[in-house]
Amino acid sequence: MESKMQSPLARVRHLGSAKEGVNHWWWQRITAVMLIPLALWFVASLWMIVISGASYEDLVVWISGPVSAALMLVFLGAMFLHLKLGLQVVIEDYVHTKWLKWALITILLIVTILLFTVSIYSVIALSLRG
Amino acid sequence: MWYIRGASYMTDKNRPLSPHLQVYRPQLTSVLSIFHRLSGITLAGGAAMLACWLLTAAAGPEYYQWSGWFLSSWIGIGLLVIWSWTLFYHLSNGIRHLFWDIGLGFSLKATYASGIAVIISSVLLTAISWGLGISMYCLR
Repeated sequence: MESKMQSPLARVRHLGSAKEGVNHWWWQRITAVMLIPLALWFVASLWMIVISGASYEDLVVWISGPVSAALMLVFLGAMFLHLKLGLQVVIEDYVHTKWLKWALITILLIVTILLFTVSIYSVIALSLRG
Repeated sequence: MWYIRGASYMTDKNRPLSPHLQVYRPQLTSVLSIFHRLSGITLAGGAAMLACWLLTAAAGPEYYQWSGWFLSSWIGIGLLVIWSWTLFYHLSNGIRHLFWDIGLGFSLKATYASGIAVIISSVLLTAISWGLGISMYCLR
């Protein structure tokens, strides 16, 4: 882009909003509030499994309970969304090269979807085994 | 001419963009803020490990052993200590952020008090879960 006699603000004024508003900020807060009890529950559950010896059977028994399987899915959903929103802001704040910023956010999205899907599949597969 | 110089400065693509971390003297408030981000990035690694752990568990006991082998190695235990501490920190400081979001605790005094509380709670929760966990594990 060649240098223009216009400030960035003047250039985008009157073009209308990007129709996102506070969406990103709001979802980050919603997931944060959800994750307070969910993360504590998850850590406490892991802790219980580990202190009893971290056996495979203990894990399957825990995760095949309907409450823990369902809570685990909610935890994973909130956690991976929170992770994506948070890391995206970090990229937007520190990466100023346009193509690199775009590439990193795209990679972030793809990796998040991949890890999220793998986790959800694994919890369902494990819970159906018990 | 001054206005041309001023105008080109305003539209210069390489002008410094915030946040400029390097120009501030480190203080408790800024260090905790930076560490909130760092802990978030660290926890993203923990989320990747969680996905791998769940996948190996779903694949069966013989694959689950791989996770067990890695997580009980010194590197694995070190990572678990880091992840537990950063989780408790991110959780405590996240609650502090949520209070700010509803407009509470903005005074300088309250900000420092909550900052110190966050450090203490994160260290304490980490120490208790490892201390109690190790003793329970050994006594089982």
